[in-house]
Amino acid sequence: MALSKHDKIEKNVSLMIVLTIVAISFGTLVELAPLVFGKQVKEPIEGLKPLPALALEGRDIYIREGCNTCHSQMIRPLRAETERYGHYSVAGELVYNHPFLWGSKRTGPDLARVGGRYSDDWHRAHLFNPRDVVPESIMPSYPWLFDHTLDGATTGRKMAALRSLGVPYTDEDIAGAADAVAGKTEVDAVVAYLQQLGTLLQMRR
Amino acid sequence: MTSFWSAWIIILTSITLIAMTWLLLGNRKTGAKKEDTPTGHAYDGIEEYDNPLPAWWFFMFLITIIWGVGYLVVYPGMGNFPGVIGWTSTGQHAERVAAAEERHRAMYDRYLAMPIEDIASDPMVRRMGMRMFGNNCAQCHGADARGGYGFPNLTDSDWLYGGDAKTIEASITNGRQAAMPAWENVIGDRGVEEVAAYVLRLNNHEPDAAMADAGEAHFKTYCVACHGPDGKGNPALGAPNLTDGIWLYGGTPSEIAHSVRAGRNGVMPAFNHQLGPEKIHILSAYVYGLREAN
Repeated sequence: MALSKHDKIEKNVSLMIVLTIVAISFGTLVELAPLVFGKQVKEPIEGLKPLPALALEGRDIYIREGCNTCHSQMIRPLRAETERYGHYSVAGELVYNHPFLWGSKRTGPDLARVGGRYSDDWHRAHLFNPRDVVPESIMPSYPWLFDHTLDGATTGRKMAALRSLGVPYTDEDIAGAADAVAGKTEVDAVVAYLQQLGTLLQMRR
Repeated sequence: MTSFWSAWIIILTSITLIAMTWLLLGNRKTGAKKEDTPTGHAYDGIEEYDNPLPAWWFFMFLITIIWGVGYLVVYPGMGNFPGVIGWTSTGQHAERVAAAEERHRAMYDRYLAMPIEDIASDPMVRRMGMRMFGNNCAQCHGADARGGYGFPNLTDSDWLYGGDAKTIEASITNGRQAAMPAWENVIGDRGVEEVAAYVLRLNNHEPDAAMADAGEAHFKTYCVACHGPDGKGNPALGAPNLTDGIWLYGGTPSEIAHSVRAGRNGVMPAFNHQLGPEKIHILSAYVYGLREAN
């Protein structure tokens, strides 16, 4: 009985695997390859600098505490978002993020441009117990950030690792990292990280 | 995007579309009756037939391909080809911002031309101001604007930098940076306790007289520059009145001593870029009117 031509593929697993890979690779080649190998999304915007040592530690604490599960860092070019959060995010200001912390869900507000929006004192009060300043907040409290002190033992190595990924840390940055961090509390680091977020690109009115 | 990557995207996308169409049409099987072509797969008496694709499925696939081609003509997708309508997400954003600006311009201009004092009780200004306050100010000053520890109450008559309309507008526009130094290294721990005793006496408490007298000497030397000789403060510097019983950082002896010891550097962020002058005008009127609303 003459079956259709696809009979040949259905009865040859190796051929099917090869053809499947060919078929699904097109999406990757079109969507991903130009971004990975091209320059379009890898050019830093004017004035972009790698995170200072303390803010870098703050970012790692931000990740450790899972802040990115409730807070995105990606302002889309929609008026409702830019009215509330400021200028929409652009690729060039995020090129030194490894990994990026865009997030996919907002239980709390977006933090891509939270830098300078609140005072340091507010951040400290808010991280200690969010309900002290925002009574209706459902954010957890992070009181231990005030007790833990950083020693900076691994800060320089983190910078060196980031440098191998293309973040332009200098030798002086790496050499001075431990001194810049040692003795500071974790909350100092988190506040330093938050206060620089998105400050490079501001909406001008 | 370089022309290489642009060509790469255009060629691969075209190949995909052509290959999909070929796969769909080239393997199409029509007119076969159900029982004519069993595949030979049988199990428990159930046989599989080599039937054509269901028509709805076939045409859905076809429509998807046609839709895809149409999309790539109209919208950007083919490398550097911008699409015939030239749509971009940032362009759409700019259009919508401009449209909103145009829609609200007349309303903003009307209020901008009126003094803050006059529009402070306007019901529309109060409604808009309340929304802006909730989005931008309530995080520190509280939804009821009564502030909290370290964040000023905006509903009372006590103003750090002055409560007239122009000053409120300036505070929101450019922010404020308080600068009370830490005095522990200057006057020592004992000096701090003495100054705290004197400040308590300014508030009609009865601390240890010798302590307060010693504190007065420190006060007249160091604190007077900002808080004034009688401790009534100076709004030009944001130095609070220490005699009115209103305390931003608490008025107990230990809290006052802590403020003297460690200093206070409260920060009000600037909102000029985030809100712009027309919204700040309305927000200032809302804040100005809080004293009447309460």
